[in-house]
Amino acid sequence: MATLDAPRIVSSRAEFEDSYTLARYLETGGYEGLRKTLTMFPEAVAAEVDAASLLGRGGAGFPAGRKWSMLRKSPVSYLVVNGDESEPATFKDHFLVERDPHQLVEGVIIAAYALQVAQAFIYIRGEFALGLERVQQAVNDAYAHGALGSKIFDSDFSLDIVVHPGAGAYICGEETALIEGLEGKRGFPRIKPPFFPAVTGLYGEPTVVNNVETMSNLPWIITNGGAAFAALGVGKSTGTRLFALAGRVKNPGVYEVEMVKNTFRDIIYDPRLGGGITDDRALKAFIPGGVSAPWFGPDMLDLALGQDEVGAQGSMLGSGSIVVLDETSCPVRAAWRITKFFSRESCGQCTPCREGSGWIERAMYRLEHGGGREEDLALVLDLCDNIAPGLGWPPQQTTICVLGSSIPSSVHSAIQMFRDDFIAHVELGRCPHD
Amino acid sequence: MSHFQPELRQRAEELVALYPRSRSAMLPLLHLAQEQDGYLSEAGIEEVAGLTGTTSADVRGTASFYDMFHLEPVGKYVVGVCTNIACLLAGGEEFLEHASQTLGCAVGATSEDGLFTLEETECLADCDKAPCVQVNHRYVRTTTPESFDTLVGDLRKGVHDADIPSHGTLIRVKRNGGLRASHDEIREQRATSSAARAKRAEGNS
Ligand SMILES: Cc1cc2nc3c(=O)[nH]c(=O)nc-3n(C[C@H](O)[C@H](O)[C@H](O)COP(=O)(O)O)c2cc1C
Ligand code: SF4
Ligand code: FES
Repeated sequence: MATLDAPRIVSSRAEFEDSYTLARYLETGGYEGLRKTLTMFPEAVAAEVDAASLLGRGGAGFPAGRKWSMLRKSPVSYLVVNGDESEPATFKDHFLVERDPHQLVEGVIIAAYALQVAQAFIYIRGEFALGLERVQQAVNDAYAHGALGSKIFDSDFSLDIVVHPGAGAYICGEETALIEGLEGKRGFPRIKPPFFPAVTGLYGEPTVVNNVETMSNLPWIITNGGAAFAALGVGKSTGTRLFALAGRVKNPGVYEVEMVKNTFRDIIYDPRLGGGITDDRALKAFIPGGVSAPWFGPDMLDLALGQDEVGAQGSMLGSGSIVVLDETSCPVRAAWRITKFFSRESCGQCTPCREGSGWIERAMYRLEHGGGREEDLALVLDLCDNIAPGLGWPPQQTTICVLGSSIPSSVHSAIQMFRDDFIAHVELGRCPHD
Repeated sequence: MSHFQPELRQRAEELVALYPRSRSAMLPLLHLAQEQDGYLSEAGIEEVAGLTGTTSADVRGTASFYDMFHLEPVGKYVVGVCTNIACLLAGGEEFLEHASQTLGCAVGATSEDGLFTLEETECLADCDKAPCVQVNHRYVRTTTPESFDTLVGDLRKGVHDADIPSHGTLIRVKRNGGLRASHDEIREQRATSSAARAKRAEGNS
């Protein structure tokens, strides 16, 4: 059974029909965290976030407090919030921008105060038409309420937030590509080093980039204290986290659970959460952390939902997504489709990513659709090895950004775990699941 | 002469003013151009080039990187069906095939009456309601072939004219003013706050 006694930090308001309105927000403690923030020194606000040990929720899991403190010596110019959510099967930021935009906006104002920036941007995925409307409305309401603009709540802190729409490009979720998009350019990730936009970010100035969910935790952390947040979870993984559960489960959806206290089995099978596999079939595999992550089999069901716990087993919590494959799901087709995604979304700057993704995709297509040969397995693995030499975890990087290094995860997992399924395709000359 | 209608031109100018550098308004402005013309017309691209201080070639080169921008005319309704992993596991490929039959056009093409363009999309971040369908980037949540067909019938009859605007993702995104922090203000806030911090740090040591 899942342990569900922790407070719901970012999703508690969502059950109200009007959860996105200012009226509901104010009725449920909205903007109290900001009022408290404005009575504190900026360093003290940052110190609370440090004490909370809040890990970034965008995929890489870098501690937010540490990211901010790297900047203490050189003041930050801009805060950019990453709401581009496009990692396949990840839909928790979609939930937050539509269901609780004020919580996000308040979080952004708190972060901006801690960093002492006067200008923030919220980059929202272009396909979130309703999300864009709701976040812009929340920003408008916040100005009217005195929570944004000049002299916020009569303090001497001023902040402007611009809501910026994306336009359909997965790669713009990568923080340097996102900055390029914000500069009105093609979303080409920038060459590292510098490794962090903190050094040269938007317009070449120091910039902090944080994820929507990371920001949405801040009102609670400031209201309740960093220690209260750190008391939830275990070890490095503190607080709660939103998990987007999808695929072959009875109740797909977004669930907020305490870190580490629950396992993959809990979230997939607990009747209050995933409710088990569709039609009570057997679980074949699951993909934690988005399609960039290596897959797990049923033997990993009792693994705890924590960053280090999952990392130690050779995968990642990544974007907080969990996709379930059951005995009727074809792993070859799944891995082919994921590769097709990377091939479509590769920005094309790096040869291993641009050429490798298309080459693997064609071989996987062949294998799935009955034209493959057994040698194709070795070919695919060799191509993967060219992109991420050694095929270890975390992957070796031969490309500008980690989209490239993420390509091998799914095909490598599928071949390792389900070689028999591949052979069945080759022998039958078609997909056995068709 | 502005190619944008006066009201749109005004929204465009307000958008440009929001950013420290005008080129940053590129993506929102391209959304606006598409809102008026249904796609990125030559004249629309030129208008955006003028507003952002770039050239048409630069604008076209940028726009072509992003999937939501259409360099050719599209139907009144762009229907996107996701076939990525969660939707694949829920029959997304078969659903796309069904959509193609109902709409009477191939994937990537526009129906003869000019009403529908069908697209196969990547994950639309609505994976718990798979297979996911968007019409003009509004989630319609038709997960069965029957409900999809009903929706298409309703779209044909104009039932959804109010809740699914024909083009333009930003059509209902209106900023009602507010402070725009100038570069000078940003620098000033930075200077004051770091001075204050340094002073506090001194006091602590
Ligand atoms: C290909 C790629 C796609 C990414 N997509 C997203 C995304 O959609 N949303 C997000 O917040 N971070 C995404 N990231 C991670 C960002 O680069 C960055 O680490 C994150 O926004 C930082 O925020 P956080 O520290 O609060 O997690 C992506 C990274 C890569 C390499
Ligand atoms: S790894 Fe792929 S997506 Fe990333 S910069 Fe290189 S080509 Fe572009
Ligand atoms: S996989 Fe289809 S909406 Fe996410």
